[in-house]
Amino acid sequence: MTFLEIDHVTKHFPAPDGRGALCVFRDVAFALDAGEFLTMVGHSGCGKSTLLNIVAGLERPSAGGVVLEGREIKGPGIDRMVVFQNFALMPWLTVFDNVRVAVRAAHPSWRTARVTEWVQRYVDMVGLGGAEQKRPAALSGGMRQRVGLARAFSTEPKVLLLDEPFAQIDALTRGVIQDELVRMWTASRNTVFMVTHDVDEAILLSDRIALMTSGPDARLAEIIDVKIPRPRTRAELIDDPEYLRLRTHILHFLMEVGRRSPVQDEVAASTGRAPVLTRPT
Amino acid sequence: MSALVNRERLRVVCYSLLLAVIFLAIWQASVAGNKPGKGLPGPAAVAGTAAEMLANPFYDRGPNDKGIGLQFLSSLGRLAIGYLTASVTAILLGVFLGLSPTLYRAVNPYVQILKPISPLAWMPLFLYTIKDSAWAAVLVIFMSSLWPTLANTAFGVATIKRDYLNVAAILQLSWWRRLITVILPGAAPAVVAGLRISIGSAWVAIVAAEMLIGGTGVGYFVWNEWNNLQLTSVIFAILAIGLIGVLLDAGLGKLSRRFAFSD
Repeated sequence: MTFLEIDHVTKHFPAPDGRGALCVFRDVAFALDAGEFLTMVGHSGCGKSTLLNIVAGLERPSAGGVVLEGREIKGPGIDRMVVFQNFALMPWLTVFDNVRVAVRAAHPSWRTARVTEWVQRYVDMVGLGGAEQKRPAALSGGMRQRVGLARAFSTEPKVLLLDEPFAQIDALTRGVIQDELVRMWTASRNTVFMVTHDVDEAILLSDRIALMTSGPDARLAEIIDVKIPRPRTRAELIDDPEYLRLRTHILHFLMEVGRRSPVQDEVAASTGRAPVLTRPT
Repeated sequence: MSALVNRERLRVVCYSLLLAVIFLAIWQASVAGNKPGKGLPGPAAVAGTAAEMLANPFYDRGPNDKGIGLQFLSSLGRLAIGYLTASVTAILLGVFLGLSPTLYRAVNPYVQILKPISPLAWMPLFLYTIKDSAWAAVLVIFMSSLWPTLANTAFGVATIKRDYLNVAAILQLSWWRRLITVILPGAAPAVVAGLRISIGSAWVAIVAAEMLIGGTGVGYFVWNEWNNLQLTSVIFAILAIGLIGVLLDAGLGKLSRRFAFSD
């Protein structure tokens, strides 16, 4: 059953020269089932973060719309929590208070004791027990994003929006936190929409992967199923033939659209049609 | 490492004390030939007067003869009323201006015109309209400490990182919660910097204002002692004004460290 529907969304930005508008992406349409983990992969500039912001309600689509449980999204809401690439923790609040702000916002009627207990549960869940009273500035990037995850999960949102959540975390820590995310998601089974340009991350975490062509005027090229049984671990994944097949497929796709010539771009912009793509099978 | 820092600090203190000794020596030497009661008094004479005044700072023998402590208290009282009301007003206005770029641009020309006006220039209007010199002085303090806090608050609120406001929007915080959990703490370093500039200019303005209105206060005291040709008192009062200014600034400095954050 369709839970979250991205209904033919187009986004224009004002052109840099101030005349006319620049189309970031056009006519993007897909749907997520409840409890599904869908990741969008594409080069920088394909508008995937913009699309995520539109789902979050932080930006408005130029055409089309986003429908969550039958209702059109008109603005930001606590039912769609975002995990930001740059963490977006309030630097003047402690770890504990950063999560508490969210829990209190999600449950205004809860008593202090219940809020405190709930916050502590999520702080412990991401392994930050003992660091509750620290400020974000005293934490590493990995630890900060754990706070970001705790804040997002603690409100039990209908949809979790992950905007390149691990891009600013060093490679060694990234794997650990990805495992953390898998564990939390397996327990909560939120519907997740993630954008990333890390192919391995996409395959490890997703049920389906949406591939975007390059911007400007990007399109949704295809959506592929990741039929690798869960639970997946990074160690096992390396030798999985399906993993290798998907990885090759996606990398070929990205190289192909990355090589797209400016002439093709112009043709696409003037005809309003997507450029012809070669698809490895 | 810390031994090095300590040695550096010790050296700074030594140089500072040395400068003070040299200054006092030159001062004392240059007034050495003066007969008592003639010419500029030396540091020894000032120190004598200071000891005398500090021995009994709170006596009150009528309108023209009050202890230095009482004078300072009445100045600080005026400062407190004018400065606090101005700060609350400036922070509230600043938040609104900072949140609305349109409002900010509409109001900014008037702020720019009002800002460079010496707060003392308002004095005649205040005296004419409220007909009470004590409150006119408070209003001068109000005017002198309004603009830096207002400008800094508006700037601080307008430059809060988009991310924090996005989080507030996603959490659907009420206007009030958004104000106290995101906007005020986010703008706090800029606000406190404004408050710090404001208290400095308020303390500068109050001396001049009190010279004009008379009655009580350290500005009036300086003027009164000048009329009595008590230059030792004048010099001591000048030093005390500077010292209190330093204490006020240090207090705000402490506050700014409390509200500082790094992201």
